[in-house]
Amino acid sequence: MNTIMAEPLLEIEQLRIEFETRRGPLVAVSDVSFTVQPGEVFGIVGESGAGKSLTGQAIIGLLDPPGRIAAGKIIFDGRRIDNLTYNEIRKIRGKDIGMIFQDPLTSLNPLYTVGQQLVETILTHTSVTRKQAYEKAIKLLSEVGIPAPEERIDHYPHQFSGGMRQRVVIALALCVNPKLIIADEPTTALDVSIQAQIIDLLKRLCQKHGTAVILITHDMGVVAELSDRVAVMYSGRMVEIGKVRRVVKHALHPYARGLMDSIPSINKKSSELKQIKGSMPRLTEIPQGCSFHPRCPEAFDQCRKETPDLIDIDGTSIACWLYPKEGKP
Amino acid sequence: MTFHPDKTPKINDILLKVSGLKHSFDVSKPLFNRLLEGQPRQFLKAVRNIDFTIRKGQTYALVGESGCGKSTVANLVVGLDRPDAGKIEFSGVNLAALTRRSQIVPLRRRMAMIFQDPHASLNPRWRVYDIISEPIRSFKLLKDKTAIVQRTAQLLNEVGLSPEDGKKFPHEFSGGQRQRISIARALASEPEFIICDEPTSALDVSVQAQILNLMKRLQQRLGLSYLFISHDLAVVHHMAHQVGVMYLGRLCETGPADSIFNNPAHPYTRMLLDTIPDVEMTGRTRKPMAGEIPNPINPPPGCAFHPRCPLATAICRKVVPELTHIDDAQVACHAAAAEFNQRSAKKFYNTKPDKFISIS
Repeated sequence: MNTIMAEPLLEIEQLRIEFETRRGPLVAVSDVSFTVQPGEVFGIVGESGAGKSLTGQAIIGLLDPPGRIAAGKIIFDGRRIDNLTYNEIRKIRGKDIGMIFQDPLTSLNPLYTVGQQLVETILTHTSVTRKQAYEKAIKLLSEVGIPAPEERIDHYPHQFSGGMRQRVVIALALCVNPKLIIADEPTTALDVSIQAQIIDLLKRLCQKHGTAVILITHDMGVVAELSDRVAVMYSGRMVEIGKVRRVVKHALHPYARGLMDSIPSINKKSSELKQIKGSMPRLTEIPQGCSFHPRCPEAFDQCRKETPDLIDIDGTSIACWLYPKEGKP
Repeated sequence: MTFHPDKTPKINDILLKVSGLKHSFDVSKPLFNRLLEGQPRQFLKAVRNIDFTIRKGQTYALVGESGCGKSTVANLVVGLDRPDAGKIEFSGVNLAALTRRSQIVPLRRRMAMIFQDPHASLNPRWRVYDIISEPIRSFKLLKDKTAIVQRTAQLLNEVGLSPEDGKKFPHEFSGGQRQRISIARALASEPEFIICDEPTSALDVSVQAQILNLMKRLQQRLGLSYLFISHDLAVVHHMAHQVGVMYLGRLCETGPADSIFNNPAHPYTRMLLDTIPDVEMTGRTRKPMAGEIPNPINPPPGCAFHPRCPLATAICRKVVPELTHIDDAQVACHAAAAEFNQRSAKKFYNTKPDKFISIS
């Protein structure tokens, strides 16, 4: 799949995140490798506890101790960023990599007006005058679809509704033209009609600014609408990475397929949903071999013994023993 | 022991009939502030003029965005709150008019509730056995301890857990398993009617599929009726026989699920269906709904949806539309009603031309 790759914007190699506990290290994410091209929307989906948010946090150095990157490399824009000091990563965070969190109320400071927060961020990372920054803030607010931005810029976060707050957070993430935005469940806290608005806004703005996005979500619908490529995570590992259209329509990995089938559909009526039996194992009880094998309808002997690695088949990466090392599935 | 005497419900039997339901919350400032600032009391009209019926063995789903009053309806129906006006007739008895505990309790046994958050709705200090057997003990359904143990084990089996799980505490279970415990508790009093308030919103999709399948199986086997509350239209499409769409405290469209999903008449319903992310990637184009939900304390005059509605006209800004029959459904919309009248008039002229010719 080395056709479009000029120079990837972000390259992650064999990332492993561990939590130090009294009973030894707990591996939350292991062997995660992927690349993000400039301007690309890369989705990460999975159920809660699969490690998708941790992966996002690791990239911008926001892992809460005792969580730590135990192995692997994160290369952003040709530079290794996983071993930077606190002050060095601070210069990248916000400037080159923006962040959008799930809950817009907790990611804005309630004691400052949205204008102050935007201006401060712009001043920290670029060399402009306060007046220019203020003008840019107004422009950004109107760009994200906030009516009467000249007035609204002096309002506090609590004076905005949920959808409007998320628009402010998007403006904050975009304010110094980052190359990459990590959006962690950006629409989960919003109502469906507002969710559709925010999806459209993100899509439009990222195309316009050429910003790459890592979209972390549990909602396949959001990924299907927004991303170019998608990775499916299961208990700390990526089990399938591929073009979103292919993964949604013809997933190869049994887990990805089960996940797609278990989504109720508005277009067809069935008496019973397909379901994956059981639930995701806890981090302390990850089974030997492929971690999906106890729930997998197609598991065989090898699955119980050895952990499959991600291999490339026809431009798709997949970690499953069902697929041979070479040739077509 | 017969848990459900009417295992084969007649489809026409009406179990619950809600009519003219109204409820407001007092959101006034404290008396002293009101006196100082000279402000009147303020009320949030959470639900207004809600009418619907639920038949035995069927599922009625209420959908809408947050703040539209769907959970308030659930609380009123189950008796957690008293309505300001309106009737809630449960198998012919008006629950809203009952005041004596001795009258209410036997009816309460016949309905149960499943809540959204399985972490908050189970007591963390109780063992699962105690949680599930509580309705049995409080309604005094079984006296003998061994019988209670047996019944609890049976309930745990019913929802796909093992009897040994009864000894554990809720924190030892995952979200999906906890929701199974909630369902087992709801089934413990042998109810005919279960109110489910967003039962799968807190769960992952693969677990959601398990819980929805379980609920459907139980419905078929035990002849249960559900009032199913959700904001997820795909889930509602999967579960419901009848659907009511709510907007700012009022029903704007209600009718059979097929008619609502295939042939929506109210502009809000159409837009709500349009906003669902396209998981199947059919490539349909969508236009997201403009605007946001207005403040329910101060709703717009006339039809509450008119500021966001593409079909709004002068009448929508003044007159609140009533529910009228359009095809199979009931719709509260001036534009949809006008369009339907036009259509049916046309049909009338087209189908019976002879009559009019003869007059001329």
